[in-house]
Amino acid sequence: MTDKTPTDGFSEQTVWMLAIRDQRDKAAFGKLFDHYAPRLKGFIIRAGAPRAQAEDVVQDVMLTVWRKAHLFDPTRAQVSSWIYQIARNRQIDVIRKEARPMPEALKAEDEGDMEPDAGQVMALEQETDQLRAALDKLAPAQREMIERAYLGELSHSEIREATGLPLGTIKSRIRLGLERLRHELKDLRQE
Amino acid sequence: MSANISHHIPPEIMAAYAAGSLPHAFSLVVATHVSMCEDCRAELAAQETVGGVVLETLDSAEVSAGLKADVLSMLDDPVPPEPAPAKRSGVYPGPVMEALKGKPPRWKALGGGVKQCVLTGEGGSVSRLLWIPPGKPVPDHGHNGLELTLVLQGGFSDETGHFEVGDVEVATDDLDHVPTADPGAPCICLAATDAPLKFNSFLPRLLQPLFGI
Repeated sequence: MTDKTPTDGFSEQTVWMLAIRDQRDKAAFGKLFDHYAPRLKGFIIRAGAPRAQAEDVVQDVMLTVWRKAHLFDPTRAQVSSWIYQIARNRQIDVIRKEARPMPEALKAEDEGDMEPDAGQVMALEQETDQLRAALDKLAPAQREMIERAYLGELSHSEIREATGLPLGTIKSRIRLGLERLRHELKDLRQE
Repeated sequence: MSANISHHIPPEIMAAYAAGSLPHAFSLVVATHVSMCEDCRAELAAQETVGGVVLETLDSAEVSAGLKADVLSMLDDPVPPEPAPAKRSGVYPGPVMEALKGKPPRWKALGGGVKQCVLTGEGGSVSRLLWIPPGKPVPDHGHNGLELTLVLQGGFSDETGHFEVGDVEVATDDLDHVPTADPGAPCICLAATDAPLKFNSFLPRLLQPLFGI
């Protein structure tokens, strides 16, 4: 797939990622690196990796982003959440020396044939913006708990106690949007 | 398939899975359920969206000057081949086949006609397949902490409800339950428990599966 996807109104991260996926655009990768590498390093150190290892993990994650770009589907994941998944997998691999069991891929993920529906992409971006705004409004202590939960510092029972969620409403909107899409994708599931 | 699933992964367990803090055996149950359930695939994506926002907004740390050039210089390196993930086989979804290393389960008798096949025992948690004859109960078992049981074939009932293919039962140590398989076909489940740590001190790890479940 080499046709340029129309990207009017998409976030710059999504535009970079689509250029990487569809044109193997190294300049776009450079921009994505400048944006995410420092965030990943901060995240990985906060999540408990020794400082000396942090840049190795950043390097692995960014290389994986380049190599697995064909699996990126902007209707189903923001660039940030896609990179978040890659970073978590890599860290579990490095710190716990085990591979996190992963769900079966949907067929569309396997075949990399994903003509993005611009409306779906923008809806997901808007909902993610609202989620971010909701996070920004949290009291510092609540915000801290959310960060700790998604950095992997809390057990499931601690998460249940800690995140009596003001986030819940907005997260469930994202969930509903993704669920609708999921139903459309259902037929694509592997037999 | 997901149309009939009525018992799902609770959000806090999905969040812990997304964040990588869920022990390995429970992660296997979550990954297997998500393979069977579109609703929970959406819930996982929503959890990962929150994770992405945290990644996007957390304090960043400056990377060393040479890192970008190093990474850019590696973009055209040959990519080491990765083994393809195991494919679903019969009632066993991909993640279970992955844990079985692509082979059929090797069952061991547990008594009462019930059989088990231990899959993983890493990180303080144990996952196993259970095979329960139609209409029979699972032998009395205590578990420390969390237990997740996902139905792959048939169904079972206990004090808390009825569970069919794709359903997950979430039990904590205060639940003293006796799951009984539905009449008809044998019930096959994927179950994850916290490891029975009290045995660790005097029993070799390999013997643990022989004692209770």
